[in-house]
Amino acid sequence: MDSYDTGKTAVAAAGSTAVKRKVAWSSYAARFRELGLLFFIVLLCMIIQLRNPSFLTWDNIQDLVNNTAILSILSVGMMMVIITRGIDLSVGAILALSGMISAMTVSEYPGTPPMLALLLGAVIGIVCGSIIGFLVSKMDLLPIIATLGMMNVYRGLTYLISDGSWVSAHQMSEAFKKLGTGTWLGISYLVWFAVLVYVIAYYFITHTRTGRQIYAVGSNPEAARISGIQMNRILWLVYAIMGGLSGMAGVLWVAKFASAQGDTATGYELSVIAACVVGGVSIAGGVGKLSGVLLGAILLGIINNALPLINVSPFWQMGIQGAIILAAVLINAVIKRGVDRTHLMRRNI
Amino acid sequence: MNSRTIEQKMDFSWRRFFLQWEWMLLAVFIAVNIINANLSDYYLDFTNLRDAMMSFLDKAFIVLPMVLVMIMGDIDISVGSTVALSAVVMADLYNKGVPMVPAMLICLLTGTICGWLNGWLIVRFKELSSVIVTLSTMIIYRGIAYILLEDQAAGGFPSWFSNLGWGYIGSVPIIVVVFVVFAVIFSLLLHKSVLGRWIYAIGNNSTSSRYSGVQVDRIKILVFTLTGFMAAVAALFLTARMGSTRPNIAMGYELEVIAMVVLGGISTSGGKGRMIGAIIAVFLIGYLRYGLGLINVQAQALLIIIGLLLILAVMLPKLKPGNRKQA
Repeated sequence: MDSYDTGKTAVAAAGSTAVKRKVAWSSYAARFRELGLLFFIVLLCMIIQLRNPSFLTWDNIQDLVNNTAILSILSVGMMMVIITRGIDLSVGAILALSGMISAMTVSEYPGTPPMLALLLGAVIGIVCGSIIGFLVSKMDLLPIIATLGMMNVYRGLTYLISDGSWVSAHQMSEAFKKLGTGTWLGISYLVWFAVLVYVIAYYFITHTRTGRQIYAVGSNPEAARISGIQMNRILWLVYAIMGGLSGMAGVLWVAKFASAQGDTATGYELSVIAACVVGGVSIAGGVGKLSGVLLGAILLGIINNALPLINVSPFWQMGIQGAIILAAVLINAVIKRGVDRTHLMRRNI
Repeated sequence: MNSRTIEQKMDFSWRRFFLQWEWMLLAVFIAVNIINANLSDYYLDFTNLRDAMMSFLDKAFIVLPMVLVMIMGDIDISVGSTVALSAVVMADLYNKGVPMVPAMLICLLTGTICGWLNGWLIVRFKELSSVIVTLSTMIIYRGIAYILLEDQAAGGFPSWFSNLGWGYIGSVPIIVVVFVVFAVIFSLLLHKSVLGRWIYAIGNNSTSSRYSGVQVDRIKILVFTLTGFMAAVAALFLTARMGSTRPNIAMGYELEVIAMVVLGGISTSGGKGRMIGAIIAVFLIGYLRYGLGLINVQAQALLIIIGLLLILAVMLPKLKPGNRKQA
């Protein structure tokens, strides 16, 4: 309906050259969005570097990349959810729950192999995500309502099973903590995990039928249903994947910070959503690229890393993050308007 | 205009009248009270029951406009942050020497501006859903509150201000009186005014109401602005009750408010529901909380219960066989 409205004005003004120039600009922006984002990141890095020379040192870059790895893993799942026109607010809560359960398992049975703990976390996450997927697909709940409700259920469960106490560093085995701190070929495991997730996700969403169906469901649900795509199954799958990734990220998080708490990653879903919308994933569904999401995650990682370096109070972080989300969402909307207009004009000609 | 829909006028049956969501809620409400009374000997005490209202009615101020928002088919998850920001602005100004009354007015103004901005963004950028707009303003408002006050508490308000939270008129708490006034105003607004009819129309079909001459954009902005204003009212009472304020107050209010509204029978897809249902739901959740608090149920278990209530409330009407959408 909305695109119809904007389309109408485009028809009315189709003759004027002013509109044509605007069209060219916005479709250009849509096509080279990732490049623009990359350019912006480079520019930002240069500015920060000028303010504080310790920004682009090997140590700090490593620190930055390690901190961004978990965010970028989660962004992949969130991208798929947003592509289907959904949203998932339960990411932080699932992360905390699976992190807590696996940390408690590890402290109870110190012999648990780290990979088993990771698997356990992922399974818990998939179960949590599947419940949300069930609510969204079979029960027809709005994603925002389902995830808002389950977010609190999972968060509450985390407190209940841990009885409000923490699992701290000395209760975890060295092998487990290695998950978050160890390196291979000089690069941390976290980054390798992120690379693995991105490679698999790239293959999945660009080269498999199911992956393409995710886009179809998001860009035109009606057409997708008519062409025989099992909408329910796709929606379910998307939330289960999101849950699985959150679960895995939970274990990595706990291993990295060597502590599991009831309030782990509270509000982290907002950073994940921010990374997605900054990376060009459209809230209206159907649009989003892995490259964009990765850049979005890196941009947010840089901002979080650099604010203390350039002497900005940490209390500004939230406001800045919110402003970035809003700006990105608005820019996406304006670009989409232009793209829609171009499509409509092409059809008219 | 008459508030009853044509359908109801056409075939009014007692059976259907008593099968309404609101009666079910009332039954659940009574059941909750009976259970609570059995679980704890302290529950059925008039003063306790009355004073318990003080602690949950501040959320109820936001429930009233949220009903309008959700009947329009929108949602506002920035209300908790709006409460925090208005409270923090008021406290900050007061501590910088602004007298209390102007500070309170500015608190209301802050909330109103926050709400107006939500509405303006939603209307101006129609391709954006209210979910994402209010999600980003939720972060921004709370972020500004943190910028203003960092992690400190601000307080030291004049003693008459705390009366707002703890005072009585006769033997009725002030907050109850104010809530009743607002509840009546909002009920009349929704069920007896042209504006209310328009809000239902927008919720049922926004495009066709625009073509029938309803000023959809203006009404949306108005309703979101009202939501911001009421969030600021809630901020006043919450701050008065707590005596001081921090940037992290009213965390998770959006969940409880939305849970109350949805439990009150307002459809999440818009166009359906009544004010009285939401008001019953306020008392239901409020007294459920109070009763469970008396028997030492942890706050985190309450989180789970409220989350599940929210989901059940949306799921139940969809489980009725004839009611499911063909998807």
